[in-house]
Amino acid sequence: MPKLTIDGVEIEVAPGTSVLQACEQLGIEVPRFCYHERLSVPANCRMCLVEVERMPKPAASCALPVGEGMVVKTNTPNVHKARKGVMEFLLINHPLDCPICDQGGECDLQDQAVSYGYDRGRFEENKRTVSDKYMGPLIKTYMTRCIQCTRCIRFVDEIAGVPALGGLARGEHLEITPALEAGVNSEMSGNLVDVCPVGALTSKPYSFNARPWELRKTESIDVMDAVGSNIRIDARGGEVLRVLPRLNEDVNEEWISDKTRYAIDGLKRQRLDRPYVRGADGKLKPATWAEAFAAIKAKVDGVAGSKIAGVAGDLVDVESTVALKDLLNALGSQNLDCRQDGASFDASNRAGYIFNTGIAGIENADVVLLIGTNPRWEAPLVNSRIRKTYLTGKLKKVAVIGQNIDLTYPTEWLGNSGSVLTDLANGTHAFAETLRNAKNPLIILGAGALRRGDGPAVQAAARKLAEAVGAVREDWNGFNVLHLAAGRVGALDAGFLPGAGGRDLGGILSGAQKGEIEVVYLLGADEIEGDRFGKAFVIYQGHHGDRGAHRADVILPGAAYTEKNATYVNTEGRVQQARLATFPLGEAREDWKVLRALSAELGQTLPYDTLGQLRQRMVALNPVFGALDRLVPAAWGPFGTEGAVADAHFTSPVENFYMTDPISRASQTMADCTEAFLKPALAAAAAE
Amino acid sequence: MLRDEDRIFTNLYGFESPFLDGAKARGDWSGTKEILDLGRDKIIDLVKESGLRGRGGAGFSTGMKWSFMPKTSNGPVYLVVNADEGEPGTCKDREIMRHDPHKLIEGCLIAGFAIGATATYIYIRGEFYYEAANVQRAIDEAYASGLIGKNACGSGFDHDVYLHLGAGAYICGEETALIESIEGKKGQPRNKPPFPAMAGLYSRPTTVNNVESIAVVPTILRRGASWFANLGRPKNSGTKLFCVSGHVNQPATVEEEMGIPLKELIEKHCGGVRGGWDNLLAIIPGGSSVPLLPKEICDTVLMDFDSLREVRSGLGTAAVIVMDKSTDIVKAIARLSKFYMHESCGQCTPCREGTGWMWRVMERLVKGQAHVEEIDMLLDVTKQVEGHTICALGDAAAWPIQGLMRHFRPEVERRILEYRTRADRGARVAAE
Repeated sequence: MPKLTIDGVEIEVAPGTSVLQACEQLGIEVPRFCYHERLSVPANCRMCLVEVERMPKPAASCALPVGEGMVVKTNTPNVHKARKGVMEFLLINHPLDCPICDQGGECDLQDQAVSYGYDRGRFEENKRTVSDKYMGPLIKTYMTRCIQCTRCIRFVDEIAGVPALGGLARGEHLEITPALEAGVNSEMSGNLVDVCPVGALTSKPYSFNARPWELRKTESIDVMDAVGSNIRIDARGGEVLRVLPRLNEDVNEEWISDKTRYAIDGLKRQRLDRPYVRGADGKLKPATWAEAFAAIKAKVDGVAGSKIAGVAGDLVDVESTVALKDLLNALGSQNLDCRQDGASFDASNRAGYIFNTGIAGIENADVVLLIGTNPRWEAPLVNSRIRKTYLTGKLKKVAVIGQNIDLTYPTEWLGNSGSVLTDLANGTHAFAETLRNAKNPLIILGAGALRRGDGPAVQAAARKLAEAVGAVREDWNGFNVLHLAAGRVGALDAGFLPGAGGRDLGGILSGAQKGEIEVVYLLGADEIEGDRFGKAFVIYQGHHGDRGAHRADVILPGAAYTEKNATYVNTEGRVQQARLATFPLGEAREDWKVLRALSAELGQTLPYDTLGQLRQRMVALNPVFGALDRLVPAAWGPFGTEGAVADAHFTSPVENFYMTDPISRASQTMADCTEAFLKPALAAAAAE
Repeated sequence: MLRDEDRIFTNLYGFESPFLDGAKARGDWSGTKEILDLGRDKIIDLVKESGLRGRGGAGFSTGMKWSFMPKTSNGPVYLVVNADEGEPGTCKDREIMRHDPHKLIEGCLIAGFAIGATATYIYIRGEFYYEAANVQRAIDEAYASGLIGKNACGSGFDHDVYLHLGAGAYICGEETALIESIEGKKGQPRNKPPFPAMAGLYSRPTTVNNVESIAVVPTILRRGASWFANLGRPKNSGTKLFCVSGHVNQPATVEEEMGIPLKELIEKHCGGVRGGWDNLLAIIPGGSSVPLLPKEICDTVLMDFDSLREVRSGLGTAAVIVMDKSTDIVKAIARLSKFYMHESCGQCTPCREGTGWMWRVMERLVKGQAHVEEIDMLLDVTKQVEGHTICALGDAAAWPIQGLMRHFRPEVERRILEYRTRADRGARVAAE
């Protein structure tokens, strides 16, 4: 452990630490532009210069490894002079357009100019201008503001894994440019806006919308995928203006996917802001809450519990699923299912349906097997974790059963048929040996693999494989299920599943067709075709006028994820709480309150009046809901149903990354992304 | 003055064949095996003893540089020869590669052996097409005769030599940018540390040497370290190729003893300054990046590393650029500023932004279209660039301007005054 002195204070740091990091450990602020702790270190901005004894020139502290006995000074006139010089150089060709720049108020250059800028300019020549570049529908460029720190280039190369940006020309003509002006085709491209220290790359949908100090900032949880990224929702008035990532090393580090960041304009379209009841003419008519509840009561009264069913959707919070489960159980129904995608698997053992390793745990894996999943689209942050591990060199091999696609790291394609999995589980496939020899093998079972009719058998085969190759040990659990829906694991934990003698989704739908199910309660379930409910009376509770609402006989307007205090459980089984950033729209109410009010109307009053009481009920139902923000390891045990895995191909259920749920389907920005990034690829594929 | 028998580059002017027959007649490749038999450490010691300092500009001890290489390595180790001779005014490596390529290739083998390298990459400037053809032919001849390649010269040492053509960027003459360029990347200098001796080409230990430094090694080892050390002055020993260009009667590249008086160099070998020594205005003694010297200093200064440093200039690549009194000295330096602006790689801030700024101010100073205070501002800007950059290009851009202001400030101020007077008169005429 080298010991060094910084500004007269002695500190001992781990070998390989840079001087800049050592300064940070002492709480000494070192200005920087190009340095980013998650990217490689080019040391090109020269802002972090420090003086080191016995070195003739000031050194860039970000790229200087600490040495034993080093004496560093960060606060001498020379250091100040050097930094002021660099700041002056950065500003001579930077436009002074802060008043019209979207970065204003949260700009590194602006902030550091306060400390290191001269009060007047000495540069009398003409300033440089740079033509703007096309980076797709998400990123707005104003390249004259660029200070050539190359963070964006390093981000797309290293984190996003798409070599989409580069520096063209040299000297003062150096420009950052996307390859062939084709945009940045990555699921993580929105992070470029955060990475850029100046206003060169800003958010296109957010442009000229607000100043950071006008925004109300709410720390919350994302629901666009099952990762449960930690986000900050910035709102003004009743409008969510932007979503930014929040640091959580265990989940999303400091990145979020483009859908998380940009689908929020979908919160302003297609919204259900009042109850509706389908009239005698078959048309939905606006109604009051009382009329809507009365219509439900009129239908439900006298219907046997076994003829009532409930389906929970993808974006539902734990509170409302528990409330609906309690209500339906009270009505005598056991026909509950939260797997609206029709997946069938054994949910009796929690270890059988969560991502046991944890997202951060991926970094300890040395061999990864992906089964029927495209993590790049299903969970971009899980994919970037795999890529990160690959880049460190720890991850030796990634093998894929399923579609053979570019995941931003090299993969070995084992095939896409079910038989490959059978062979692996039986140990007859050559790759089983690689897994067995691995120190920490990791198996990721995609949601698409469980969506097949033979889901329980696939699950059992994967379990058998995991056990056979030593992926499940005291200190390591490499069996993982990667879910797609933010509400899924929470609903499974809440037991929103067929009770004793109850029907699952298939049973509910066939029952509805035959008239055996008369009432279906859809809690935000939008992925089922309307005609599959036959003549059943459909109650839809949710926030978007999507597929579910179109089929509904009564619509109860609920709250979107930004509009309620709610609990979500991500694919790892991590329980996290989202917070209300704006109030529900119009007459809409938080979902559990709707259910609580309806229960009173139906004469089955739920025994909780406050969120606190409901959360107590949740913890009583399943203690995992009490463990906030941390992982509770699930006990390993048998699950799945041994059986034949069909030969059918494994495919990912996500056909369009940008549109997977009612919110993103309503989003204009996501439609633009589909148009810009997916249509050309489809056309190219068709041309081949 | 250097005696003829002490010359290393006996075919500098191409009077004889540059290829193997001619080279062998000149004594190259004789006793190479015996030299290799001395062993790595002995060779490095001898090169250290000879006092050979790098001929690429910085003047760091070559033997010392070699000794930084790891003694054992579990993978490839490289010798890279910097033949990207781009410093304006410099044309010495070109002559070596054109007329005496075997000296270089023999040097590669011996230097490669001394540092334990598995291969040598010669990175040659793209514009040197004819020279590249000659070097390649010499490499082929050497392979065919078993001088390099497997069991080179029968010594049991395997050494490959590859030739790589650059694409014309000045910055690729910087050792780490050169390494990047060989790797197929954009030629941008790397941060140091790590130094190439730790992680260079393909992240393997690498030594980068100038062509001339490598090419003189075989002769030094054949004739003895003390022979080389006794030429020139202490710590500035040996012979050196000087490239004299500009306002002299016979521009030439000539091999001379280190420490020769600048005046003698020009008078003896180049037919003197155009119009006589008194017509001299200034000399840039070591390639475009070192500060110029006015005539008073040129009268007496000696051409070696330490003497030139004493007068706040440098030997650099020993490219002597002579300017007589017909020269617009401000314009000449402004042109160099433009060169550095054009060749800045754009990676780090002070150089990227500073070189353009300096050039623009210099252009105005040529016409005098500036304020006198701007001279000090310009000097301040050069100080803000100097020493704050990743590589030395920033320094190289700053020094010529500093040299100009140090010695010719009155001329610059005179122009400013003249321009103001002219402008004032113009304004008065317009007012009338």
